[in-house]
Amino acid sequence: MMSPLIEVKDLVQRIGGQEILRGLSLSIMPGETLVLLGKSGGGKSVFLRHLIGLMHPISGSIIFEGQEITTLHERALQPIRRKIGMLFQDGALFDSMNVFNNVAFPLRERGEKNIETIREKVARSLAMVNMTGHDSKMPVNLSGGMRKRVALARAIISPPDVILYDEPTAGLDPIVSDSINRLIRRLQSQIRVTSVVVTHDMVSCNHIADRVALLNEGRIHFLGTPAELSDSNDPIIRDFVDGRSGETVY
Amino acid sequence: MLAGIGGWVQNFVAGWFAYLGQVALLAGESLASILAGRVRWGLMLQQVAEIGFRSQFVVVITGAFTGAVFTAQAYFQFASLNMETAVGPVVTLAMFRELGPVLTGLMVAGRVGAAMSAEIGTMKVTQQIDALRALAVNPVDYLVVPRAMAMFISMPLLVVECVGLGILASYYVGVEVLNINGVYFLAHMQNFTEGGDIIMSLVKGFVFAGVIVFISCHEGLLAKDGAVGVGRATTATVVNCSLAILVANFFLTMALNILFPAGQR
Repeated sequence: MMSPLIEVKDLVQRIGGQEILRGLSLSIMPGETLVLLGKSGGGKSVFLRHLIGLMHPISGSIIFEGQEITTLHERALQPIRRKIGMLFQDGALFDSMNVFNNVAFPLRERGEKNIETIREKVARSLAMVNMTGHDSKMPVNLSGGMRKRVALARAIISPPDVILYDEPTAGLDPIVSDSINRLIRRLQSQIRVTSVVVTHDMVSCNHIADRVALLNEGRIHFLGTPAELSDSNDPIIRDFVDGRSGETVY
Repeated sequence: MLAGIGGWVQNFVAGWFAYLGQVALLAGESLASILAGRVRWGLMLQQVAEIGFRSQFVVVITGAFTGAVFTAQAYFQFASLNMETAVGPVVTLAMFRELGPVLTGLMVAGRVGAAMSAEIGTMKVTQQIDALRALAVNPVDYLVVPRAMAMFISMPLLVVECVGLGILASYYVGVEVLNINGVYFLAHMQNFTEGGDIIMSLVKGFVFAGVIVFISCHEGLLAKDGAVGVGRATTATVVNCSLAILVANFFLTMALNILFPAGQR
């Protein structure tokens, strides 16, 4: 049996006195696309930040390729982070740099000096996200969808083993959302990357997920395939899948 | 009532020392990065242009008008004692030992420190610093070290510029406007100014560079709560840098005066 690429055990995190994660456990298998669903403010993004060491848990463990990462300090995390790409919710592009320099940033930081190689890789990466010809634009002049695409180009320019997506389709119209979903799917087939996607977009979930996890009250409430999620009669799952708040309108 | 005030003072002092400790840790981490050779020279040169080159106008105006007004005031007092030619050494010593470094420090804290804090703070609240970390780039290496090195190079030079312009303006106002004898003005100035005064000025400039850059970067890196938090960090930078410069200046003066005692001639 294949061993998990990332194994999370009993993760606990508290922010501002509120317990966000209450013993979350989850295994992520190599090459799969795992979609993490859950309510807004339920701790999905917080969980994602733990996977790349941007946050340290109060207790619990995260094992990446057999190595415990929750106890590693900032510099010791760098080799792990080189294997993981992250797409932030708003892209988090460097606003002092144009699109080309944003995408080229990881290459330059990893010591690539040859400008022709950099140009070629940036062009290939931008082409993968359908952003060819926008090299000289500044992030402030890009739409939300374009920013996410450029951020994705930056995340994949040095092909990572894992990509973490934080709400990749949030705030985008259905057409742009669909193109982002196709992109995630294409990256999975082209560079065989393991993907963890945090979202509350059910359309996106059904389009890209190999497995789905539902986060509720700081724990994984459900783990299965998208079909199993749709067929479930569990009231918490049904409320989420059918979009019912359970509140009465007077 | 007294116990309450005592508790507040205790908390304030403890908080202040904790703050200084955090700033010192950032300074230590930056120094370790510099010693380990993790310096981005291109970024450092950009910062030298930003901190050093673009601060010149502010520093030149500050130095020149401080020298000019100090000369006028000293002249008004000394003229009644027939000691007009003492204006030169008084202004020169004051510019080298106190006014040059302190005023340059305060102006750079307001111009550069605030901008530094706002830029890093904005990066923090828009997750750009998290993006740096996620791309396996240490924010201290990328953001703080180039700024620190640029500040340590630029500040002493800006202090020299401020003092130089202050003395030039003093000479112009004293000799050309107030009719002090130029030869005596220069002779007394040279007589009473020593290498120690210049070293004191440069040492203070160097120390204030550290105060400004590490407080500014620390405030920026701790910014939170969006635009309001960035505004708060910027204000805290200017206030804390100014207070730290003024307090540090007193202790530096007392310490450096042991090495380079004033008034020995």
